[in-house]
Amino acid sequence: MSEAVAPALLAAPRAPGLNWRRAVPLLLVAPLLAFMLALYAAPVLAMLSRSLLEPAPTLAHYIELAGDEVFLKVFTNTLSTTVTVTLGTLLLGYPIALGMARARRLLPLILVIVLLPFWTSVLVRSYAWMVLLGRHGLVNEVLLALGLLDRPMRLLNTPLATQIAMVHILLPYMILPIANALRQIDPSLARAAAGLGAGPFGVFRQVTLPLSMPGVMAGVLLVFVLSLGFYITPALVGGPRDMTLSMLIAQRVEQLDWAYAATLSAVLLATALAIIALFQRVFGVGTAFRMSAR
Amino acid sequence: MEGASVTLSGLEKRYENFGAVRGVSIDIRSGEFLTLLGPSGSGKTTTLMMIAGFETPSAGDIAIDGRSVVALPPHRRNIGMVFQNYALFPHLTVAENIGFPLKQRGVPKPERARLVEEALELVRLPGYGARQPRQLSGGQQQRVALARAIVFKPRLLLMDEPLGALDKQLRESLQLEMRRLHADLGITFIYVTHDQEEALTMSDRIAVMNEGRVAQIGAPEELYDRPENRFVASFIGESNFLPATVRGREDGVLVAECAGTLVRATCAGTPATGEAVTLATRPERLRFVDGAWPAPPPANRMPVTVTEAVFVGERCRYLLRAEDGTALVLKEPSSAATRRREAGERAEVAWSVADTILV
Repeated sequence: MSEAVAPALLAAPRAPGLNWRRAVPLLLVAPLLAFMLALYAAPVLAMLSRSLLEPAPTLAHYIELAGDEVFLKVFTNTLSTTVTVTLGTLLLGYPIALGMARARRLLPLILVIVLLPFWTSVLVRSYAWMVLLGRHGLVNEVLLALGLLDRPMRLLNTPLATQIAMVHILLPYMILPIANALRQIDPSLARAAAGLGAGPFGVFRQVTLPLSMPGVMAGVLLVFVLSLGFYITPALVGGPRDMTLSMLIAQRVEQLDWAYAATLSAVLLATALAIIALFQRVFGVGTAFRMSAR
Repeated sequence: MEGASVTLSGLEKRYENFGAVRGVSIDIRSGEFLTLLGPSGSGKTTTLMMIAGFETPSAGDIAIDGRSVVALPPHRRNIGMVFQNYALFPHLTVAENIGFPLKQRGVPKPERARLVEEALELVRLPGYGARQPRQLSGGQQQRVALARAIVFKPRLLLMDEPLGALDKQLRESLQLEMRRLHADLGITFIYVTHDQEEALTMSDRIAVMNEGRVAQIGAPEELYDRPENRFVASFIGESNFLPATVRGREDGVLVAECAGTLVRATCAGTPATGEAVTLATRPERLRFVDGAWPAPPPANRMPVTVTEAVFVGERCRYLLRAEDGTALVLKEPSSAATRRREAGERAEVAWSVADTILV
């Protein structure tokens, strides 16, 4: 495919009406574009088309889905998990990001603590949570030893376990963009605000927080979209009854129900795209970025 | 409105291994325009930051109107402040920026809008309220920052090199505007700069700072005409330094021998006869004896050799050498009627006793 694209672009300067300079960026992205089209877009489209073309061109799978109680339950569960995880990472991540932005000597240490899990495989981290939350795991043992419990509490394979593990795994995606946005805020702005009569909380609410919003938006968007399609963690530490969309897709693929799995995938993709579009519209990501670029 | 009086007493700021401010005591009078002038690292900005409350003194006290403010956080000090980089809030409009201090003080909205428009008129930007700070030029942004710093009618305004980022012409017009504002408002201004010309143009008094201490404090003319030490003599304007030996006193005037000739100087102290001293005199106050000089020619004279002549437009600048090798600079207003001297020419220069200072 790249062979077909590149010569056409190289010929561009001689073609009337086509500006050579405008063709350069296109030429630079051409290899990646070709790679993505051939190895990503094409198979995804082929797979998604199964939801519309099997066994014959039809919308039956989507109509069926709208009335399917299992799907509706799973879909709601996925959305509520996603919202909880996003809020959880935001509430835990913002203070850490604030600390990172203010820290001088401790910054490398905080950075390593934040990034270490980030560099570890999701699978390993999910297993680690299984060890921690299990019936004889660290959490239960400590609570028993302290006399706070008489017998082990059921933690593993509950929605709470999924949420805790996902918050932990996705935290860096929230912290890093927020910390980055906070670091870009001119420190003299906080001083100016204090000098003009704003107390520490007033400075935060009226200056720091609004100026960090581009980072918050980026973090929320990242975590939201990522947790929407999370599979390994909910599958390992979540309960069998608290199925998420990705688990349902995997189950149907195992049952070789390709059309149903493809339909679910289409819904998942559409939801993610809808969320991104909503963010663009409501918060105007573009203007937010211009604001921070001062 | 009455300006605040500020008393700095024995103010110090030590960081781990160096003292940024090492014992600064200044009495700033109500309504005064005081400038802290010094090279970078002289402690002038640190001193200002301690007055504003952004730095905590290691020792000493800051009193505003006789009350110590060291324990007060910045937002309780009620001081206006203008930063070098303007520090306008980029997410707020010009009007919201100026209204910020009023909002913190619970001023109701309609009143706020009126005061903001008044402040905009004061800095000659009427009708700019709805703009975003980034839509304004540097000079306009600094005017907005100024409006924001005075809109809540503080009795003390601090400015940290507010014109440093602007070009020369804009700086000069804003200097005059600051003077006008100072006269209109009647409040106390404390201004930090490293630009001596700016300090001389605007201030009632200047505190020249060096290595964390005040080298001299006084009115601009006083600092220029009677510098008390070598640092002030060389930092404010240009000076010729003449090594000399004290020979005695005569009618309250110091007589010293310098490059083989006797030179007279005004001097407050009483250095002993035979002591080695340094005399200072300004280049523009030296004249060639045979040049256009109002009679009678001044008392101090010295034979010199011209080593270099530079024409700078409004004046000629001559580098001279005295007989003992001491280098001197002489600035002469240029005129088509004056003969230009050549390098290698011998001449005699003269200057008055009042313009000769012991440093």
